[in-house]
Amino acid sequence: MASKNKTVVTAEPGKQEVIITREFDAPRELVFKAHIDPALYVQWLGPHGYEMILEAFEPYSGGRYRYIHKDKDGNEYGFHGCFHEISEDLLIQTFEFEGLPEKGHVTLDSMRLESLPGNRTRLTIQSLFRSVEDRDGMVQAGMERGVREGYERLDDILRQM
Amino acid sequence: MTVMARTPTTHDPFNAIAEPKRRQVLEALGTAELSVTELVEKLGWNQPMVSKHLGVLKQVGLVKERRVGRQRLYRVDAERLKPIFEWVSPFEKQWSDRFDRLDQVLEAMKKEK
Repeated sequence: MASKNKTVVTAEPGKQEVIITREFDAPRELVFKAHIDPALYVQWLGPHGYEMILEAFEPYSGGRYRYIHKDKDGNEYGFHGCFHEISEDLLIQTFEFEGLPEKGHVTLDSMRLESLPGNRTRLTIQSLFRSVEDRDGMVQAGMERGVREGYERLDDILRQM
Repeated sequence: MTVMARTPTTHDPFNAIAEPKRRQVLEALGTAELSVTELVEKLGWNQPMVSKHLGVLKQVGLVKERRVGRQRLYRVDAERLKPIFEWVSPFEKQWSDRFDRLDQVLEAMKKEK
């Protein structure tokens, strides 16, 4: 079910960051809880068709996390990082995909949660990469996965035109 | 994952849409063909600002101009826009899907309260 709340990803040319914004029809307290309660977290984090295994999850400053997305063929994709700051308005963590040929392609992800009128919440993530090349590679990796999923949105847009 | 660098140039459509205001112009145009006056009305900006951003979009070929009598009409060139969606859209889709699932979790949480 597609939401009326639109996810917007901004990747400006030549920059090391990606900005992701989204609003939710729920109070900040709940959006925050869905990020730090492991039983809730596993329900929405993993891509469709993948089993989500939360191997470690210590949502406090200095804590670590590691999760695995497992596909139908048993292929595993691991991700890990550390939590740096966890509060209801600011959540800072590092993030690394373990499937890269070289280690250390880490991002520093800062998520802000702002309360909006009407019990709504605005989420903004700044994902800061170590280099522009890292960032472009990541966005393009998303593109490769996207090819498999089909360009539904693009198709819709092009159909309208 | 192959790490390939995209080299931006000033005449690159990617650069043109890096400016949020220019994306708003594209959104305002949508599938319609509009005059500057209509865009001014729709966006609520002054005319020089609309014209400035239209100019850049036209320069990189994302927007096409057509003269009808004394009027100039503008529309989005879908073919030029395509590579941009191919670039960021699937990445955006992953996040969008993820947050749609989060919506469902939040709905369930609201009911429990």
